[in-house]
Amino acid sequence: MTNASNDNHLFRPNSYIGRTVPRPNAKRLLNGRGNYTDDTKLPRMVHVAFLRSPYAHARINKIDKNQAIKAPGVVAVVDGHDIAEVCAPWVGVLAHLEGMKSAEQHALAIEKASWEGEPVVAIVASTRALAEDALELIKVEWDILPVVTDMEAALGEDAEIIHESLGDNLAWRRTMDAGDVGASFDHAAHIIEERYISNRHTGVCPESRSIVADFNSADDQMTIYQSTQAPHMMQSLFAKHIGLDTHKVRVICNDVGGAYGIKVHAYPDEFATVALSYMLGRPVKFVADRRESFLSDIHARDHRIDTRVAVTANGEITAFEIDDWTGVGPYSAYPRTSAMEALQVLNFTGGQYRNRNYKGRATVVYQNKTPMSQYRAVGHPIVTMITEGMVDDAARAIGMDPLEIRRRNLIADDAYPTTSASGLPFEKLSHQASLDKLEKMINYAELRKDQAAARERGVYRGIGIATFIEMTNPGVASYGVGGAPITAQDGATVRLDANGNTTVAIGVTEQGQGSETIVAQCVASALGITLDSIKVITGDTDVTPYGGGTWGSRGAGIAGEAAVQAGKALRENILEVAAIMLQTDADSLDICENNVINHRDGEVRMPLSEIGRICYFRPDTLPPDFQAELVATRHYVPRQYPFAFTNGVQGCYIEVDIETGLIAFKKYCVVEDCGRVINPQLVDEQIRGGVVQGIGGALFEECRYNDRGELLNGTMSNYLLPTMTDVPDIEVAHIETPTSESELGAKGAGEAGTGAAAAAIMNAINDALSPLGGKVTQQPFTPERILSAIGKI
Amino acid sequence: MKPAPFDYVKPASLEEALELRRRHGAESAILAGGQSLVPDFNQRLRSTETVIDINGLSALSSIEESQDMISLGAISRYREIETSALVAEHAPLLKMAIPEIGSPAIRNRGTIGGSVSMADPGAELPACLCALGANFELARAGSKRMIAAQNFFTGRYETALDNDEILTRIDVPKNRVGFRSAFHEIARRKTGYAMCGVAAHGKVTHQSVQNLKMVFFGTDDTPMLAVNTISVIEGCAINDVPPAELDAALSEDLHPSDDTHGSAKLRMHYAKVLTRRVLAQFVSAHGEE
Repeated sequence: MTNASNDNHLFRPNSYIGRTVPRPNAKRLLNGRGNYTDDTKLPRMVHVAFLRSPYAHARINKIDKNQAIKAPGVVAVVDGHDIAEVCAPWVGVLAHLEGMKSAEQHALAIEKASWEGEPVVAIVASTRALAEDALELIKVEWDILPVVTDMEAALGEDAEIIHESLGDNLAWRRTMDAGDVGASFDHAAHIIEERYISNRHTGVCPESRSIVADFNSADDQMTIYQSTQAPHMMQSLFAKHIGLDTHKVRVICNDVGGAYGIKVHAYPDEFATVALSYMLGRPVKFVADRRESFLSDIHARDHRIDTRVAVTANGEITAFEIDDWTGVGPYSAYPRTSAMEALQVLNFTGGQYRNRNYKGRATVVYQNKTPMSQYRAVGHPIVTMITEGMVDDAARAIGMDPLEIRRRNLIADDAYPTTSASGLPFEKLSHQASLDKLEKMINYAELRKDQAAARERGVYRGIGIATFIEMTNPGVASYGVGGAPITAQDGATVRLDANGNTTVAIGVTEQGQGSETIVAQCVASALGITLDSIKVITGDTDVTPYGGGTWGSRGAGIAGEAAVQAGKALRENILEVAAIMLQTDADSLDICENNVINHRDGEVRMPLSEIGRICYFRPDTLPPDFQAELVATRHYVPRQYPFAFTNGVQGCYIEVDIETGLIAFKKYCVVEDCGRVINPQLVDEQIRGGVVQGIGGALFEECRYNDRGELLNGTMSNYLLPTMTDVPDIEVAHIETPTSESELGAKGAGEAGTGAAAAAIMNAINDALSPLGGKVTQQPFTPERILSAIGKI
Repeated sequence: MKPAPFDYVKPASLEEALELRRRHGAESAILAGGQSLVPDFNQRLRSTETVIDINGLSALSSIEESQDMISLGAISRYREIETSALVAEHAPLLKMAIPEIGSPAIRNRGTIGGSVSMADPGAELPACLCALGANFELARAGSKRMIAAQNFFTGRYETALDNDEILTRIDVPKNRVGFRSAFHEIARRKTGYAMCGVAAHGKVTHQSVQNLKMVFFGTDDTPMLAVNTISVIEGCAINDVPPAELDAALSEDLHPSDDTHGSAKLRMHYAKVLTRRVLAQFVSAHGEE
């Protein structure tokens, strides 16, 4: 039964869609009543600490555990051979990444360690401190092996081969050749070549990776409390590698203190923790400390890209060409692989522009550093840095204003649907409207005047513009087709209780960004109830519908739509009951603010609490052939498009101190189009937080290694994160171009801030330095690199 | 990140603390603000048998004035010094420097004695105290001695403090008429360690700077008094210090090395930039009168 009168529920005046409402969980977290994985304390629980390889590449000759086993409080000392008996190894490849190869990886290293920080021995003790004490008593005899650190040298003739079984250190390579790049370069007025470098950094979560595994041998049940983004994925993986049926593994994900893609991977130390619980038959807790987080959390964005761009005298960009190299550590991450960054660099570069001639190559190699894989805005910061770097290179070559060259080359707002040169399908984007909005917002013409006046005084200011595309709402093409147990769909179950309140269980997770608030807004609007009558449950594989979790900017667009459809389905069920009780036609009724009302005049007919009371306690008063269903479940996955692209533009105005190389932000603006905005404040917070992480990569964050493959700055005092005093006010504005694929029309917003920040900042620095003839192309843009670029040091 | 096991004692009096120090010597560590010591323990970069917590010794937290000096108890918090009217009046260099130390949370706990005893080559206050000609009181059970700041710092994280001693007081000579202070540092982040910094103090006239103490930090293992640079500056008119001589003198005085935040080359460049900033500040400070 459909109810035509309710079709526009989402967008009626009192809808929660498009409204800023406070997050229900904010008060709990601010009161210190959050429930993080480390807050889980179970009877008979023990703690694990890992002995990690101090060398980037070394053979393990002998492990002497004798002293450690006798140390106070120690329950077990376990090496790679022991753990391999209960935890099967894995290989981080996906079928649709043709030709990709990786080696078998174990929970604890066997025979040799391949990066500094790889877990080698697990010590289980009654406290973490005692486990760490005992750890100092383990003696390992190492044979230090030659290391591979430089990504280009990794494929050299005399390079050490990290995994002999692979034959060489090449993980994966793909090329692309669209249009006629050769002809474009032959006829270009200007060809500009540049090498861009993005250095390794990582996503530093306030809450480090944490897991408690509790195996109950009496009912063969493994319960896992984990700080993760993807509970159902982890359930499948733990079941598979420990050898349990999936329904015997329950993954519970309570509060998560930031994840940023770091917690969407399966880590060897977490597999080891689960395996230890299985071996010992008691709960085992592992909470990564900060040092081991730096050594074992996924790193990202280590790329060197040679670029070439062709431009005509009147500013038409006629070709882009890139050669991207990346070194991803010794193993491809599991189960998403370590090739996605390179794949996205290859696929997305130049994607916002009309140009049809594009040639690219991506090369992914193995090396003896911490594994790399997905981190917030996977590949996008590199894509945007090189694309917008090339566009500014072209503009400078022909003396054209950076805004003007973009205006001439961006895909026009009336050209949709269309595709990029690389074949990305675009449903509808708003590059031109976004650029126009940014121009006004940042007051571009005035800034140019201020810049000129400042230069007269010997003050160097610059404007940086970076347009971008952003992949969101990923469908099955990302992982499912490659054979990974990663679902692209998500499900929501909405239940009316006996007092007329509503519980929603949903597959996405909450990691501090407000997913639960978005879900509540979607259900409340679709169902016609108030937010305070809704409770949202996430992060429990025994309880929620099967879902992908939170990654890839999918929460609002995919889970939000599932929540809308489940809310609508329950509304229909409720109105069916109400129509019987009120002896009227369901089409004449509606639900508004927790009451069944007349659709025509809004008159309140019955509170939902009465529906609940009758259906649960007095079903005898309903017709004998009628059964009320006050629970509805709906699932959703995008099918028409493999992903929903969003777009936007970031602009910043900065001042470079040419004596110190330090940068001061004068203005920072973002225009962003994530389709339907569900909660403006949450979207703006996502953009701002994303920009701050982008600023981190642009100016501060860098995992620095020496030539022995040792991480030099794995502490919070040496790995520089931006703090509140280092970041500007960030102004955010929106263009709304909803996707027509879903009723809600929402696309993702979680990664857009991160994707373009470094590009905007780089272009601003280079604009500021242009009178001095200097240019920076290597992230992070440190004082040292800036001063070197202008010959000061 | 759990520290290796240690015994913890919190003495109620200085005498008790000194007795504990006498008994445990090299196998003890003094806990003041804990802003460097505790992270070192947690990372197991350092361990000890006995931690002697001196935070209960209120006698060590006073800031007092005498005829020609102010005396800072060793556990005076950065924040207390930053907001002290006595310090503002008589040792303005300290007031200039303290906002550059870490974050407010660190300044609420960290102590001047802790900073001095830790002798971190990147720390602000050791350089300031050398520039001001401060003296430190070191106590051991039954006796005390005074040592000049300049002689106290012996190496990276190394000082003249003996294993049975506790740093109890810091005496800073009061600012004299015509003397000026300047403090500058350059850090990657506002709340982070300086790559290079300078504390300067001297008598500034419209013609020249005399009695100058110019002490760099973040460049060498200890706070580094730039003797050649000082002699170049003192030998010239304040407005007319020849840049080439200045740079050559700095290259002789300082011995920076590479680390993760910047190269030796960068630090030397910064020393040159900061020296010019100090001079410009002295010129303009004098012009204001």
